[in-house]
Amino acid sequence: MTLAADRVTRAAGGHLLLDGVTVACAPGTTLGLLGPNGAGKSTLLRLLAGLLAPDTGVVTLDGDPLPGLPRRAIARRVAVVEQQADTQVDLTVLDVVRLGRTPHRGTWSAESEEDRTAVREALAATGLTDRADQSWHTLSGGERQRVHLARALAQRPRELLLDEPTNHLDIAHQLDLLALVAALPITTVVALHDLNLAAMFCDHLVVLRGGRVVISGPPADVLTEPLIADVYGVRAHITHHEGTPHVRFLTAQGDQAVGKSSTRTA
Amino acid sequence: MSAVPTRLRTVPWYAAGLGLLAASVAAAITIGPASIGVGEVWRTVWAHLRGSEPVLTPIRDGIIWHLRLPRTLLAAVCGAGLAVCGVVLQSLLRNPLADPFVLGVSSGASTGAVLVVVLGVGGGALSLSAGAFAGAVAAFALVLALSRLLGGQLDRVVLCGVAAMQLFSALTSFIVLTAADAETTKGVLFWLLGSLASASWTEVAVAAGVLVAVLAVCLAHSRALDAFAFGEDAAAALGVDVARTRMVLLCATALLTAVLVSSTGAIGFVGLVLPHAARAVVGAGHPRLLPAAALAGAVFLVWVDTAARSVIDPQEVPVGVLTSLIGVPAFVVILHRTRTRR
Repeated sequence: MTLAADRVTRAAGGHLLLDGVTVACAPGTTLGLLGPNGAGKSTLLRLLAGLLAPDTGVVTLDGDPLPGLPRRAIARRVAVVEQQADTQVDLTVLDVVRLGRTPHRGTWSAESEEDRTAVREALAATGLTDRADQSWHTLSGGERQRVHLARALAQRPRELLLDEPTNHLDIAHQLDLLALVAALPITTVVALHDLNLAAMFCDHLVVLRGGRVVISGPPADVLTEPLIADVYGVRAHITHHEGTPHVRFLTAQGDQAVGKSSTRTA
Repeated sequence: MSAVPTRLRTVPWYAAGLGLLAASVAAAITIGPASIGVGEVWRTVWAHLRGSEPVLTPIRDGIIWHLRLPRTLLAAVCGAGLAVCGVVLQSLLRNPLADPFVLGVSSGASTGAVLVVVLGVGGGALSLSAGAFAGAVAAFALVLALSRLLGGQLDRVVLCGVAAMQLFSALTSFIVLTAADAETTKGVLFWLLGSLASASWTEVAVAAGVLVAVLAVCLAHSRALDAFAFGEDAAAALGVDVARTRMVLLCATALLTAVLVSSTGAIGFVGLVLPHAARAVVGAGHPRLLPAAALAGAVFLVWVDTAARSVIDPQEVPVGVLTSLIGVPAFVVILHRTRTRR
């Protein structure tokens, strides 16, 4: 068992953001959340992280309801990479990555050997070792996202939640980041817009629309032409390569393919 | 880059900072219309601490022990307190313009004090302080209630603070204009601009006690403050109990500000500028930043107050006027430096 949401509902301003969503992660796997804008992906991630409480239903970590666990205990297990988190504070890359040790450090205690190792390994895993002393404000959007991932890894989580981590990244960095995340031996939930990236890197997909689960299962079962037409309102042609589906989008008028980038569905 | 040596390496710096503060206090006491040497200051203080006979004439002894020493110490405590409040509020509210007065505390304090002066409730310095304190607490309670009503996010706190500031300044002006005579208005004005002239040992003791307690609370939350760099959600995801931390730190800083403002009036700019200055020197990590800002604020206000009571001898310039006159150019320089560094 790991993170699971059981029939969670969440409303805001009289509008249902999530409506009875049930999601269970398999330990060590990568779960992809798909769906059009406003489908409830970010809200579901916030619920899974315990940052937001469900109106009804329950989120559990190893079977224990999240509200019963101290924030600190949750943060030692679950790390979050937000869609975009910026700061006005003058910090270096190392400062930001060190923040990941916050839930592990006592109020008055100095940095332990374990803290230093975790930070060093997180920097190495994300290829940031040489940039530890660089100022946050001189980094590009993609680099900032990598720093946030390093910070999350420094938490030494067993569950990692990422909200559209590949936004603002060029294609090489998108592939890098997702390959890194998918290779981690931890349970990962990642909200994505790009269907092909989801098919490549996720073991399991959950498609949301209007706050409800439309379908869930392995990418090859989930990503079908009727589903994409139904959920996104876009015609697509799907081929399979070594068991991995590949989505090619078609224009509304004819069978002309419109490039490879599935971000057009966004 | 190991942390234990880093921590040890900072110890001499704090020792040096405390030494500088002690030297500043001693030097500041010697400055004034009656010329007094550093040696006389040390011997007088020592004699009082040991409870033995005064070593100087009663007048000179009184100038040191009852006038200049409490005043200088209150300046140090006040400067340290305002700087600490500034650091905490700027980090917590994620707003580089936040200062101890952004919570509406100082304008509430002035309304309370003005009410006491104009309506003549009680009489004497104590009831003035009490009125200021009551006003400060009332204003903060209003800001907290309003921001909770509007959703409780921290940006709401800033907006409500600004609203309360405007409301209470308007109230103060209204009371002064309609009810006060010229003499009272002058007294009120001096107090609004900030002054350490009425410092007493009681005020020093109260302010220092609250400062130590609040500084300890803030230091205990220093890692949580670090975690606020990327916002409340990020802090929560790092294991910080955001609602509790926010409440504890807002109340602690409001209490300290209320105590300081009720004994010195609103001394502007220290809480805004000194945190930025300290950050430029020791970095943004709160375990180091908080003590550094406290020391810098203390030394700064000791010297500014010394200047305030001696530049236009025998007239006294309200210390708040001088802190702003010095603070604004300093602020511009600091902001310019941090801009070019990026």
